[in-house]
Amino acid sequence: MIPPAFEYARPTSVEEAVRALAEVGEDAKVLAGGQSLLPLLRLRLAFPELVVDVGRVPGLRGVREEGDTLVVGAMTTHHEVIRDPLVRRHAGLLAAATETVADPAVRHRGTLGGSLAHADPAGDLPAVVLALDAELIAVGPRGRRAIPAREFFVDYLQSALGPDELLVEVRVPKTDGWGFHYEKFHRVAQAWAIVGVAALVRRDDGHIAEARVGLTNMGATPLRAAATEEALTGSGDGQDVARAAESAAVGTQPSQDLSGSPEYRAHLARVLTRRAVLAAAGME
Amino acid sequence: MTEQIVEPEVGRSRPRKEDARLLTGQTNWTDNIDAAGMLHLAVLRSPMAHARIDRIDVSPALERPGVVAAFSGGDLAEGMGSLPCAWPVTEDIVLPDHPPIAVDEVRYAGDPVAVVVARDQYAAADALEAIEVDYEPLPPVLDLEAALQPEAPLVHSDKGTNRCYDWPLKTGEDFDAVRERAEVTVKRRYHQQRLIPNAMEPRAVVVTPLAASGEYTLYSSTQIPHILRIMLAVVTGIPEHKLRVIAPDVGGGFGSKLQVYGEEAITLAVARRIGRPVKWTESRSEGYLATHHGRGMIQDVEIAATSEGKLLGLKVDLLVDMGAYLMLVTPGIPILGAFMYPGIYKMGSYELNVTGVFTTRTPTDAYRGAGRPEATYAIERIMDELAAELGLDPVELRRRNWIGHEEFPYTSIAGLTYDSGNYEAATEKALSLFGYDKLRAEQMDRNDRGDTVRLGIGVSTYTEMCGLAPSRVLRDLRYAAGGWESASIRMLPTGKVEVVTGTSPHGQGHVTCWSQIAADVLGVPFDDVEVIHGDTRAAPQGMDTYGSRSLVVGGTAVHHAALKVVEKARKVAAHLLEASEQDLEFAGGVFSVKGSPDARRTIQEVAFETFTAHDVPDGLVPSINAGHMVDPDNFSYPHGTHLCAVEVDTETGRTHIRSYVCVDDVGRVVNPMIVEGQVHGGLAQGIAQALYEEAVYDDEGNLVSGTMADYLVPSAADLPDFVTDRTETPATSNPLGVKGVGEAGTIASTPAVVGAIVDALRPLGVRDIRMPCTPERVWKAIEEASS
Repeated sequence: MIPPAFEYARPTSVEEAVRALAEVGEDAKVLAGGQSLLPLLRLRLAFPELVVDVGRVPGLRGVREEGDTLVVGAMTTHHEVIRDPLVRRHAGLLAAATETVADPAVRHRGTLGGSLAHADPAGDLPAVVLALDAELIAVGPRGRRAIPAREFFVDYLQSALGPDELLVEVRVPKTDGWGFHYEKFHRVAQAWAIVGVAALVRRDDGHIAEARVGLTNMGATPLRAAATEEALTGSGDGQDVARAAESAAVGTQPSQDLSGSPEYRAHLARVLTRRAVLAAAGME
Repeated sequence: MTEQIVEPEVGRSRPRKEDARLLTGQTNWTDNIDAAGMLHLAVLRSPMAHARIDRIDVSPALERPGVVAAFSGGDLAEGMGSLPCAWPVTEDIVLPDHPPIAVDEVRYAGDPVAVVVARDQYAAADALEAIEVDYEPLPPVLDLEAALQPEAPLVHSDKGTNRCYDWPLKTGEDFDAVRERAEVTVKRRYHQQRLIPNAMEPRAVVVTPLAASGEYTLYSSTQIPHILRIMLAVVTGIPEHKLRVIAPDVGGGFGSKLQVYGEEAITLAVARRIGRPVKWTESRSEGYLATHHGRGMIQDVEIAATSEGKLLGLKVDLLVDMGAYLMLVTPGIPILGAFMYPGIYKMGSYELNVTGVFTTRTPTDAYRGAGRPEATYAIERIMDELAAELGLDPVELRRRNWIGHEEFPYTSIAGLTYDSGNYEAATEKALSLFGYDKLRAEQMDRNDRGDTVRLGIGVSTYTEMCGLAPSRVLRDLRYAAGGWESASIRMLPTGKVEVVTGTSPHGQGHVTCWSQIAADVLGVPFDDVEVIHGDTRAAPQGMDTYGSRSLVVGGTAVHHAALKVVEKARKVAAHLLEASEQDLEFAGGVFSVKGSPDARRTIQEVAFETFTAHDVPDGLVPSINAGHMVDPDNFSYPHGTHLCAVEVDTETGRTHIRSYVCVDDVGRVVNPMIVEGQVHGGLAQGIAQALYEEAVYDDEGNLVSGTMADYLVPSAADLPDFVTDRTETPATSNPLGVKGVGEAGTIASTPAVVGAIVDALRPLGVRDIRMPCTPERVWKAIEEASS
């Protein structure tokens, strides 16, 4: 388990990091918490020329409020996200889903930004920021830009970040008053989700006024269960929700691996979506 | 003088002496060992399951920085023999040549083809990529039944067959006749998936040569330093007395380090060739390819009974995946289970045939339980099926057939003499702890309501054979060595004690338990005993550690050796006290003269007097040290009753172990805390086979579950709280009354878990689910049963 040789840079500012990335381009990799990159290096599945360790770049860590938005620094660890009072108050879905990520050791090292930039559809947090309609802020040689979560996840392990761009923060709209639930289905505690469902529900007068459903591991990217979201609007009881959840796998293309066939994943998506939405809506 | 011992050590939950160093890592694991000028070896492995090596060129690796040497299989072939198989189970077994490093053909993905030796491990790993190999692919051999067809491609073309051996066993009445008159027969096919052992410490080897005298010291993370020394002497031609093997502290094995590995022979050969110390340490994913696997078997099982549920006979056909080569005891693993298929039940007919099959996969060999988990699974699962067929409660069916406690010693239909046991007592205790009737009522209620979450109950009333092994039995089974064990005890001048054992602990707690045994016999404090092990120079005689043998055979040897020390000390004490030996009493470490309580000598005083030898009896050798060897007369037979309740979410196939109760009878218990730890770990591994673990290969013979991300080893978070309890029916075959506990949990638990899942789904029409019972397999079984 010895990685191939690589150059190593440890910048102390965002600008310096971006410069280092820009110099090498496609063959540079950003090292955040290292919980995805290091295994890839050690298994010799990734061969970067340069590893840019952003662990010493100040200002990338922590959570703050900006009006109706929470701003989470890209280098904020999972553990910090879970413990953060602002996140717990205003983005409960993010805290709840982050609690299910891997194991305590990984949660103390791994970062929100790292797991999003890795763009693994089996990771829990991509589907969550997608459901939260978050915005991801990237800094590159041409400055700063905001990428909506809907546009961020491009393909399997591929984000909209340019090779010279660094993800610096995640802007999460507050979801005060929304019900939420993350339903993760996995075989052992530290394993990836076979399927995961992130549900956000706003209720009005006993009915679902608005629902957002993010799907983990149901395709090459995290997905929104659009048909289900639409069908949920106006749902007043469990039967309505169950009916809406039947279309949770519409438009998905789940993969085949040792933990499940596409057919099984589609089935799980339907069952878990029903459960997640019921839990988020506080319905039976 | 004071009274020294108040409470017996045996039976106390002593925290383990060795844990301070093991748990902090402040010890010599093999990979921690460093030697001046040491080089690092890395192994290039075949990326294909089966191929001819057309060309191999290691010279480009020599150009890489830091590289000192590189060798292909051909370069090392001279002077290196075939890796040994010590258990050719039949006279006409097919025994292929097994070069430690492939020369012209590779037969599994992971087969070594070349090595690089470099100044550090990083240079060695990088240089592997420079080696050029041209492979001519050959067809993989993966399906056990297809491999036996006449036109099947061959793993070893020179042998003309993939059939390694057939090993039949037939006792009692003819099974065909029994089947004829049986009112009920049930036949099932079970699959024992391949498992990958996951010792916490990967394998590692360090060899330090002493060129001037031709001596070699080999450190290895092994369970068997003594056997390894003999075998490596044979393989490499290094004379046995010039080879010292050390198993320093070893971080687990589970059978996977009961082996003579190619890498051990290669590292030794390379160190010998270049005259410098060499280290090799495997990575986890390398270990998944090249450390032997366990299980891997298709079982066709048929049971015949009367309509009252009285067993008449059992027929078992096994197809066993040997993998590509026969390693140390590969062919013998199913034979260790062959006598256990009848379990604890009385019947009049038993037929078994074992067929070993070569495939182009990693060789199989011992893995925790070794043959016995497979046997227990088959009999316990088919007992459940028979109970369902007869409409009987599975516990009741077992009651009608098990050996009664008054019937011991009992010779089973397979020919083993079970010396002791009390299946009734263990079962009663387990049922009551479990709340069996209440859970059955809940199960019925859920079934009646058509609950989406069903409840099932699994039962495993297992026994197994431990204490390997009577040497003459091993001879009759064609195993190449004996099954004795040795211990010697040194009383040091200051009264401290060194116990030298031939067992080779790798996490079991021998240091603690052997101290407890010795302390009781010698009457010395527990803390005054040290245990020396795992070095062929310091502990020259031993048969090492596997098969739950260490306490039964090795612990008994410690006990006897300590008794001999006391007898020797008695002679010196009698002399010092001017009394006759017959008039001496020995208790709590003190010799005293009957009737004159003030005339006394502690054993420590006797040890010092013996050391000075100023005042020992005329003609007496001035030593009270003693050794002993035990060759057991019989195996030992732990047993017990395990009950498992599983909730099955029929919508998703997810299973959840709601409660697990086990009552084990492992005989007399030396250290209850260690026993409980062994049971917990054993349960975890047995449950892992039922639910999580499987070595999966693709159609080309590549290991797909090649990392811990794909091969799911459960953690504490995935396991229930275990309720463990015991009954204690002492073994009659050794003076300690002990039976062994290393494998019981693994052997017992797998059928209890799968049985529970099937029991939950039986009302839906499910009859079996292949292991591991993944959520998808459970869901599919429900779907198929309902369609």
